[in-house]
Amino acid sequence: MALTVSAQRIPYLKALVHLAALYPLINLYYTAIDDRLGADPVEAVIHFTGIGALNLLLISLLISPAAKFFKMGFLIQFRRIIGLYAFTYAVCHLLNFLSFEVQFDLQLFVDEIFERPYITVGMTAFLFLLALAVTSTAKVRRKMKRKWQTLHNFSYLIGLLVVIHFYWSVKSEIIEPLIYIAIYALLMALRHQKLRGWVKKIRSQ
Amino acid sequence: MLIKTTTHSSCKEHQITDEKVYFERRDMLKKMGFFGAGALLSGTAGASVFDIFSDDQPTAIFKQNALKYSPAGDYNGTLTPEAKVVSHNNFYEFGAQKHQPAELSQGFKVNPWQLKISGEVENPLTLDHDDLYSSFDLEERIYRLRCVEAWSMVVPWIGFSLADLVKKAKPTSKAKYLAFETLHDPQQMPGQRSRRLGGGIDYPYLEGLRIDEAMNPLALMSVGLYGKTLPPQNGAPIRLVVPWKYGFKSIKSVVGIKFVEKQPPTTWNILAANEYGFYANVNPAVDHPRWSQASERRITTGGIFAQNRIATLPFNGYGEEVAGLYSGMNLRKYY
Repeated sequence: MALTVSAQRIPYLKALVHLAALYPLINLYYTAIDDRLGADPVEAVIHFTGIGALNLLLISLLISPAAKFFKMGFLIQFRRIIGLYAFTYAVCHLLNFLSFEVQFDLQLFVDEIFERPYITVGMTAFLFLLALAVTSTAKVRRKMKRKWQTLHNFSYLIGLLVVIHFYWSVKSEIIEPLIYIAIYALLMALRHQKLRGWVKKIRSQ
Repeated sequence: MLIKTTTHSSCKEHQITDEKVYFERRDMLKKMGFFGAGALLSGTAGASVFDIFSDDQPTAIFKQNALKYSPAGDYNGTLTPEAKVVSHNNFYEFGAQKHQPAELSQGFKVNPWQLKISGEVENPLTLDHDDLYSSFDLEERIYRLRCVEAWSMVVPWIGFSLADLVKKAKPTSKAKYLAFETLHDPQQMPGQRSRRLGGGIDYPYLEGLRIDEAMNPLALMSVGLYGKTLPPQNGAPIRLVVPWKYGFKSIKSVVGIKFVEKQPPTTWNILAANEYGFYANVNPAVDHPRWSQASERRITTGGIFAQNRIATLPFNGYGEEVAGLYSGMNLRKYY
């Protein structure tokens, strides 16, 4: 099965991705500011953007195996934009926590990052994601040459950190985080040859 | 001390959300959930991605009845609006997400009901549905409610002193603790049927108090809020309210109170003893292992910019009334 999409159509499809990613975000803040987002809009916006970032990250990790398997090479052109939206949602997630949860109590913000392991893990994932976002332009990619791919392979680690962050953050309702862990494991299994190759390389060194 | 005896004027008109507006909000949340999941972007605000497979339409709106009670006096703070008190609930029997209990509990039947008082008492008794409202004089009490998750509300409860019930049961000398139990009825409580919905905790939900804690005048058996009988999501028809302890101690929809000699097992303590103690007194000096308890977000009116972070007080500000219960105890050890 091979599906091709003519180059002219790509911009329209990208516009669709922008819309699908931005609409829920705008709607979220609109309803939250208007106090129509349940009793605790703070918790709601934090969860929404967190889960949204994770979903987008997993979709971005699905793209290359899907492109290969279905022979839909054009999909690769959507990887960066989806990755950048995962970053956008992660920025919102972090800003929600800083501004609405701890309400700019910077001491508390810093303490929480270092004292709470699940937040430390989430913050680490965010910093890696930030590195990927700032190196995502074509120009930087050319400059970095082979190092670029090495850096962007950290997306696998980011995925792992984020599912752990989610699992660790809940009180007792672990089924949903477990489903995400399973999806992540599946996405990694699709890359088993690549991952095995790395392990061999490291061992032989 | 928040128990006051002047006229009931604490609940100002602008603080109450119209029922119509409230249900429009619910509707809005649902739509958002749909679009969120539809765009494969998120479990939203309320609904998770997986909720599209579940039927969370309320069958009917639970009917709350007006209550006769002596009102609390003026309250100088802002109450949490009724619409928020009844739509933001931790009651895992009806779903582990905060919006779920209001949606999944509306068909809950509270009549007939039996609350059995048993164990080490001279006068074991059973309160039927009507007895809950007629056996004791009902009064309104405006209490702060501090959740272990670091948010809080201010709620005008209606109920009677637990101490009055204890006295009526006449505990024997062996009675050192009270063991509370929530209804176990998987037919009616979807969270007890499904581990996913029920947040993976074992049912029935169990709680406990030391008998001197139960005798403290602040400990309330609540049958109503905002002038009416409790809606199911808040623990209809009868629940405990212990305002100096984290919210999970205030067990809902109680069917049993047993007087016992030994400290009874309690649900969250069984689940994660390092995170939730038997005492669970509100204490800003002892953090939850995964988050700070030094401050809290007070949920009142307004949107996302109106949520106020305030310092958490020892015993949730009720130290004057209850600190004596724990003199000589290491509250870091007995958290």
